[in-house]
Amino acid sequence: MNTRQQSKLIYSWYGKPTSSDRKLRTSQYKGILITSESSRTETCIQLGDFILVEGVNADQPYVAQLMDLYEDGAQHKHAVVQWFCRLEEIPQNKRKLLKREVSAQEVFFDQVLGYDTDIAAETIIKSIMVLPLHLGEELPIITLNKEQTFYVKQSWDGKCFKVLSPDTFSKLKEANKKRGVITNSSKAFIPSDTLTPVKKEMESVVRSATKPKNIDMEIESKHSTSKSSLAKERHSQRVASNDIKTPTARKKLELNSPTRSKAKLLGCEVLNLLDDDCDAVAPLEPSASKRKVKFTNEILGSPPKIPCSNDKSKSTSETAEHCQRFSDIIQLSPYTRVKNFSEKDKNLHGKDDNLSLVGYQKLSSLSLVLTPRSRRTCAQKTSALIAEQISLLKSHGKLAAEEDVLSGSDSSYSSSSEEEEDDDVPCTPEKKTKSSRIFSTPKSSRKPAVHTPAKTQKKTPLPGTPRTPRNATPEIPRRIQAAQEPASVLEKARLRLHVSAIPESLPCREEEFQDIYNFVESKLIDGTGGCMYISGVPGTGKTATVHEVIRCLQQAAENDELPPFQFVEINGMKLTDPHQAYVQILEFLTGQKVTATHAAVLLAKLFSTPGPKRKTTVLIVDELDLLWTRKQNVMYNLFDWPTQKHSKLIILAIANTMDLPERIMMNRVASRLGLTRMSFQPYTYKQLQQIISSRLKGVKAFEEDAVQLVSRKVAALSGDARRCLDICRRATEICEFARQKRTPEIVRMAHVTEAIDEMFSSPYVNAIRNASLHEQIFLKAILAEFRRAGVEEATVQQVYQHHVALCRMEGLQSPTVSEVMAICSRLGACRLLLLEASNKYLHMRVRLNLSQDDVMYALREE
Amino acid sequence: QHRHLLELLRRTTVHGESNSALIIGPRGSGKTTLLNHVLKDLREMKQVTENLLEFFMKNPFLSGLLQTNDKVALKEITRQLQLENVVGDKVFGSFAENLAFLLEALRRGNRTSSCPILFVLDEFDLFVHHKNQTLLYNLFDISQSAQTPVTVIGLTCRQDILELLEKRVKSRFSHRQIYLMNSFDFKEYIKIFKKQLSLPAEFPDESFAQKWNNNVQHLSEDKTVQDVLQNLFHHTKDLRSLHLLLMLALSAVTVHHPLLTAADLQEASRQHRTDSKANIVHGLSVLEICLIIAMKHLNDVYDGEPFNFQMVYNEFQKFIQRKAHSMYNFEKPVVMKAFEHLLQLELVKPLERPSARAQREYLLMKLLLDSSQIMDALQVYPNCPTDVKQWAASSLSWL
Repeated sequence: MNTRQQSKLIYSWYGKPTSSDRKLRTSQYKGILITSESSRTETCIQLGDFILVEGVNADQPYVAQLMDLYEDGAQHKHAVVQWFCRLEEIPQNKRKLLKREVSAQEVFFDQVLGYDTDIAAETIIKSIMVLPLHLGEELPIITLNKEQTFYVKQSWDGKCFKVLSPDTFSKLKEANKKRGVITNSSKAFIPSDTLTPVKKEMESVVRSATKPKNIDMEIESKHSTSKSSLAKERHSQRVASNDIKTPTARKKLELNSPTRSKAKLLGCEVLNLLDDDCDAVAPLEPSASKRKVKFTNEILGSPPKIPCSNDKSKSTSETAEHCQRFSDIIQLSPYTRVKNFSEKDKNLHGKDDNLSLVGYQKLSSLSLVLTPRSRRTCAQKTSALIAEQISLLKSHGKLAAEEDVLSGSDSSYSSSSEEEEDDDVPCTPEKKTKSSRIFSTPKSSRKPAVHTPAKTQKKTPLPGTPRTPRNATPEIPRRIQAAQEPASVLEKARLRLHVSAIPESLPCREEEFQDIYNFVESKLIDGTGGCMYISGVPGTGKTATVHEVIRCLQQAAENDELPPFQFVEINGMKLTDPHQAYVQILEFLTGQKVTATHAAVLLAKLFSTPGPKRKTTVLIVDELDLLWTRKQNVMYNLFDWPTQKHSKLIILAIANTMDLPERIMMNRVASRLGLTRMSFQPYTYKQLQQIISSRLKGVKAFEEDAVQLVSRKVAALSGDARRCLDICRRATEICEFARQKRTPEIVRMAHVTEAIDEMFSSPYVNAIRNASLHEQIFLKAILAEFRRAGVEEATVQQVYQHHVALCRMEGLQSPTVSEVMAICSRLGACRLLLLEASNKYLHMRVRLNLSQDDVMYALREE
Repeated sequence: QHRHLLELLRRTTVHGESNSALIIGPRGSGKTTLLNHVLKDLREMKQVTENLLEFFMKNPFLSGLLQTNDKVALKEITRQLQLENVVGDKVFGSFAENLAFLLEALRRGNRTSSCPILFVLDEFDLFVHHKNQTLLYNLFDISQSAQTPVTVIGLTCRQDILELLEKRVKSRFSHRQIYLMNSFDFKEYIKIFKKQLSLPAEFPDESFAQKWNNNVQHLSEDKTVQDVLQNLFHHTKDLRSLHLLLMLALSAVTVHHPLLTAADLQEASRQHRTDSKANIVHGLSVLEICLIIAMKHLNDVYDGEPFNFQMVYNEFQKFIQRKAHSMYNFEKPVVMKAFEHLLQLELVKPLERPSARAQREYLLMKLLLDSSQIMDALQVYPNCPTDVKQWAASSLSWL
């Protein structure tokens, strides 16, 4: 994790206050200096600059434009910003509104009103570049400072994407222009200048700078082991085939499954293909290449860096391949995965030869894939052309060139569309490899899928998970044959009656639903925190109702009726230790996995500090009573966070007992829980009836009376809906057994009665009746002894004497003590008797586990 | 019951329905046998009817006696499921990680796609005592929600198992209980006896098999054999004890004595029924027997109150002085030694643990023999002096 480990940063104002407001006691500044103690570098950020702001997740800092800087009366430094949002910050469901694929470097001009634009100046990390582009424009290749440069094409107002208004567009551009000037003059934080310590430090703030390098190294080493050679070929083949066809058809191509499935072609074939498309690309080249070279050069700033950029892009392309190989593999089922690997191994030797032979050729074609124009022109055209262009650049200055490209790139759409695609590829792998690296949890496999932009998702339907034991995917092997669909009415009914079947609505809980909904909704709208305690006996729909509420709220949030929120759920039963709750919550929120104590610290920090763009969190704590510890610190913390000002945390605590807060909680915990209570009453028989009939809607499987019988019976006992459904399910089974002819049968009273009897019958009487003769005599002897002594406890010795007497009366051979002891322990194992530890032998005390009347009743019958 | 269970499992595998059930029955009532039988049938059924479905059922057989806590059980499940965090039969990671991992694994599946899993929890009652019943809660919770189809089957002999479940665990259990009872009567018992003894048709020596089977048929009609069996049947309906008895009897069969006789069975039954403590008494010396008799009298006089060595010694002295002519008057240390031997044989048992402070002579003891056992043992004791016998019969006879 790259927290800001390396240095303490000192923030100081740049220049003198430009204006000050006496009344508000604020003074405004035009810039801020960030001084790093360790590297002794200074960075100046001025108004209008684009900055990165610390976010919830250290890897994903927020992007913003600095609008205003001021110091308030209490000497706190503040900044007013205009937010930009990344794609990841846009709700998943809205992303599809975009209808196009977005690279990781693209941000959106944020017009959502809910966010706080006033932030503490200390959260500013560094300055970056944000380039405005027209919608149709493609992203220019910037290989050098990927983390530092963002593009903005559209704005986002929480509901839909809009094209940037000309006003904002020009404003943004102006800001860039200004920045360009500053860049030229001060040079301290020019992104292109890789060598200055400032920049290094900056990079390490966002993402430890060595990481990409590491990846490159790794990839290269991978290359040397020729395992990835196949993937390389595959990749190149794929891109190559993209090149052959017209660029306008690229979207289709991306999803082109044949090319992918053909990936298992033999190496030589691939190489042939490569040769082919080298030729195919060649004619395309001259038209587009010129401008492209200019573009790259301009961004790189100086000619000697061309090879460097090529190298870099190459390596990133390799990363891309790496990633793609992953995705390809992951896509396959586990079985074929193994096969694939073995196949690869087999092919290895054969390929090695081919590779070494045509290695150079392939490399060139590879670099052609990513930076086709520059490379080609380098080779084909003269270097003089480049020199000319560079001189042109120098004379014009950066600004002019940039505008030139901006205006020109519209016309060169067709060529740059290809470019974009290539540009995307290097973007994704970094994220990919990073995410799969950092999270070694089962969740990790889900996380990247959420965070990666839509484009990556298309390319890599399943996230990559390295096959190391720590990062194992928790997955049960798939079944080979599909599950059968229910055939008969009864089977269908049974499926619907299963507890796991999720009903469309929750009947009989409308009131509770509404209450909880209102509670959460109001808190969400206010942006405050709060607690609610929900109690009720098992099987009364507590968890189901709360989930339903969350579902509805999420729906509402999608439709923009509510501010968006995060939803976290923990279950006390599913934790091994109450303190694990912290770990799980943190993992849900940020995806980090740390120890319990550390997680507690992080969470406390998260909820107590004001986060500018943090969403409200809704936390469901199921089985609350299990989070009880002796010091109760887990509960205390949980309920303390919502009371803090900036927490934006709503807690819904669920437990069985109504008086839990009073019974087990300390006063300070109970008082923080608050008085918002709700208790779920057990279902009445009418409600149970309604539940069953709503589930069985459209399936004629039950008699009306049968349903009523079940619901009355269950309501009288516990009001547990689960029990009710189980009985009904069992009744359908009995009905199916009983059915002889193939006529459609519905569940009748008799079946239901049988099911109920089966579930509620006391097993003891039956067990006694089926016991052996001496076991029964022994029970009789116990009864006799009890009656004699008047105490409900006897030693075996006493019972034994009675037993012998009874045997004599019945004319049976009296058993030996050993046999009696055996009988006694058998009855004890069934828990008909309660026994002491058996080492006391004859003095072992015996007690009945059921009432004497039951025993009498069971014994008398025969 | 068989059909019920078979149907249950079939639905899990074919329809992907989740279920939970308990099989309850006394020891030796064939719970495990039933389950194994059903599983075998199920496998056959698949192979016959649906060749396509590669039977992909995992069968974690967890025994409560081996998996003493949730942590071990969890590791065992993971190992048996061969999930990806298993490296060479070993499972790494902390308890919390493992639990989260397993739950995640099970959560990701859904009804139609993942292959059903059968959890068999042997000695289910021992799982109940695990902390918070976490494992049971989670297993039942999965079986009640739309996740990977699982069937949880518990085997136990405790009739009161449901009362041991916590209420939220109980609510999640589907309350499907299959009770197994030995509900057959004596006629069926005889049939079982015959079936157990008969040689199968594929026995190589056909003529001998015929002879043997005839003999078994005769045996089953024999009066003495029926008596023996009846006796055993009255004591226990457990089939395992029948097997034990037959094993004892069959071990008498040799080349020269090829057929089982009624006498063999009777002998076996006698061995089977003998009282262990009375057996020990047989091997005691006369002095030790005298001490036991003294204790018996003390028990009679004080109605089962505990006694100490000094009381026993006094009683013995009385007998020696007044009555005994054949007994040598042993010294006290010798008697003490004999008494300690009895202690070691656990024929007497101290009430509390012997401590250093209390003198051994005054340690309170209890006799672990019933008077009838003592009398029986004396009857068969070889060369018992007659005055000892008389003394045993009545403590007051010398008056």
